[in-house]
Amino acid sequence: MLRWLPENVSTYGGDIDSIIGFIYYVTLAWFVVTIGALALFLILYRRREGRRAAYITGEKLSEAAWILIPALIVLLLDLWIDFRGADAWAKVKLRVPPADLRVQVTAKQFNWEIVYPGPDGQFGTPDDLQIDNELHVSVNKVVRIALRSKDVIHSFFLPNLRLKQDIIPGREIHAWFQATKPGVYEMPCSELCGFGHSGMLGHLTVHSAEEYQQWVREHWPSEEKTSTQSLAKGDNHR
Amino acid sequence: MTDSATGVAASAHATQVHHGEISFWRTYIFSTDHKMIAKQYLFLGLFMALVGGFLAYVMRWQLAFPDTAVPGFGFVGPETYNVLVTMHGTTMVFFVAMPILLGAFGNFLIPLMIGARDMAFPRLNMLSFWTLAVGSLILLSSFFVPGGAASAGWTGYPPLSARPIYTGVTWGLNLWLLAHAIEFASFLMGGVNFLTTAITMRAPGMTFFRLPLVIWQQLTAAILFLLSVGPLIAATVMLLMDRIAGTSFFVPSGGGDPLLWQHLFWFFGHPEVYVVLLPAVGFVAEVLPVFSRKPLFGYRWIIYSTITAGILSFMVWAHHMFLSGLDPRLAMPFSLTTILISVPFAILVFAMIATLWGGSIQFATPMLYALGFVAMFIVGGLTGIFNGSAPANIQVHATYFVVGHFHYTLLSGIFFGGFAGIYFWFPKMFGRMMNERLGKIHFWLTLIFFNATFFPMHLVGLGGMMRRIANPLQYEFLQSLQPINVFITISAIGLALSQLVFLLNVGWSLVAGRKAERNPWQATTLEWATPSPPPHGNFDALPVVYRGPYEYSSPEASEDWLPQDRLLVARSG
Repeated sequence: MLRWLPENVSTYGGDIDSIIGFIYYVTLAWFVVTIGALALFLILYRRREGRRAAYITGEKLSEAAWILIPALIVLLLDLWIDFRGADAWAKVKLRVPPADLRVQVTAKQFNWEIVYPGPDGQFGTPDDLQIDNELHVSVNKVVRIALRSKDVIHSFFLPNLRLKQDIIPGREIHAWFQATKPGVYEMPCSELCGFGHSGMLGHLTVHSAEEYQQWVREHWPSEEKTSTQSLAKGDNHR
Repeated sequence: MTDSATGVAASAHATQVHHGEISFWRTYIFSTDHKMIAKQYLFLGLFMALVGGFLAYVMRWQLAFPDTAVPGFGFVGPETYNVLVTMHGTTMVFFVAMPILLGAFGNFLIPLMIGARDMAFPRLNMLSFWTLAVGSLILLSSFFVPGGAASAGWTGYPPLSARPIYTGVTWGLNLWLLAHAIEFASFLMGGVNFLTTAITMRAPGMTFFRLPLVIWQQLTAAILFLLSVGPLIAATVMLLMDRIAGTSFFVPSGGGDPLLWQHLFWFFGHPEVYVVLLPAVGFVAEVLPVFSRKPLFGYRWIIYSTITAGILSFMVWAHHMFLSGLDPRLAMPFSLTTILISVPFAILVFAMIATLWGGSIQFATPMLYALGFVAMFIVGGLTGIFNGSAPANIQVHATYFVVGHFHYTLLSGIFFGGFAGIYFWFPKMFGRMMNERLGKIHFWLTLIFFNATFFPMHLVGLGGMMRRIANPLQYEFLQSLQPINVFITISAIGLALSQLVFLLNVGWSLVAGRKAERNPWQATTLEWATPSPPPHGNFDALPVVYRGPYEYSSPEASEDWLPQDRLLVARSG
């Protein structure tokens, strides 16, 4: 079952996968027990001539215990799943580590507008760099993403990083990840957003540290260039 | 026999029943007889199922063989695909599941099983049906208006649904909202009728704890619907205002909040799942004891569990919104309530399995479907735990895993629960037995193709395939999953074709089926004390109830069933 998951390349993806795996084995065990009991009873108690069914109402507590105690076990296993899950959830959503890189992703029908802060590290300054549908990051760096939408609800999905976050217009929602393996990964929209929803797709490129520096040198505006452009470029991305 | 018990006073009370000739229109079209109205709901639901099923077929073809002409339809563009997704969901939930499981069976069973001559408000009942018929017509007409039908998903999330510029759909989506509002009105009237009838018109001796479980389930479903639909009606009106009057309830540029819709929708949406599920659970609870000749295990525990699940269903809605940008700390309380709700359902399923223990099990067609429901519902319940766990939800949310999961829970209700009900009560409804051989063929084909269709959806979902995409081949990471998509599509077509066996069986049985006696299954509840089909007014004489609904193999009787209305004068032997 778990082999169906796409390859995981994020630091917290392993925690999510281990929860999925844990739930898988718990539910598989229940499936075997309940379907097994069902099948067994069907064989054992199939109609036979001359045998009368037992008269058991299950109303008395001593009889009902046969269904109440298994239900209690279900509850305990559920709480166990929830308890283990709370930690993974907190790791992804609540205990956000300090950012090494910051980007802004603004979704619109049907593109991801990706804005890098440029050399000054600040958004809303003239040296910001916008590239549509291409997110470049460095491996092993904590990347913080500010998600916004210009029109409808989109959902930012990185299957290989176990990251999915709806983007609600009118709000800024934050997500983060730390990729563990260089490569190019797909970045689809996973919330119906109009006729171009299918195929709304960007790519995340995780560079090695050196490659990332090279990419920055090649693509980000250099310090000098920015100062000359600063007056010409009126557009800012807040 | 039951017949002798009720037959005694038959002539004396015949005057209470108005047997006069009624015109064709009053009998078949504008009928106030709950049994005819039930059949109207049934046929309307089955017709809409053909529409919804056809939409599913076109969708599946497009997913397996993207951008090829669909036989019987043609090319599917992305706009059309979004229409298919939306209208399939809306049709199946609101215009198939509810009409069949609540409309048809609630109407048919409540008066017969509580020992009443009709519903409390027969004319309101007629109005409920015809209101639904108008709603269905409006929904269908939305396919033909300029701009096409609604395409914002069955959940209709704004702002996509709130401004025509985002989808290009104008009147289609307005009509979609209108059809919802009318459907809600119809089932509100129906629910009031169900509750009033079951509370005030029970036969002498029919206490609440002697009511058959299916009546409890129908009543709980009606109450859940009454309590949950108000917020959604308000939301529907607000959304319509956003679309046609320029308000901004859900549009952030005007100060609105898209998440408000999600809260209102899912506050209704989760109880709605149980509105559809509980009646099916009820059918299964009726069928299992009859064919295992044993009392239903833990009757009161099932009732308490149902009520508990109903109450909890109002406290879980945000588990649909873990990733919506809600404060992440809210995931914990909602994850906890979600997990708590699995306990009453676990009790329900265990009680059903325990009913079989020590029984004398006959594998008649209704029983096969009831058992199929139990097995499929177990799968649906277990896969739900993946969705309910907030961290696992991050990966599976809005993927085919969810699609697989809710088809195992909801569609198992319609397919297995619904068919258990149809095969079980068909003799009472139409006075003829259905063909057992065809019924069994239908069951096995349905079981195999159902699993072949919906189980692999979990696998492509884990692989990351998003729901509501029109073409998986646009994504590299989904290429390797495409053979499974083809397999699912072929299975889905098989599932659809298998239903021809059912249609054939219905057609054949209506014309040439063996005439059904009053109580062909040797069951204990009151509907079997009437002729098959029951006349206008149902009972020869109103029955008196002496005991609970599941007295099978009771030591007090020599036969292995003891009807609710039989008076035991003295214990024999």
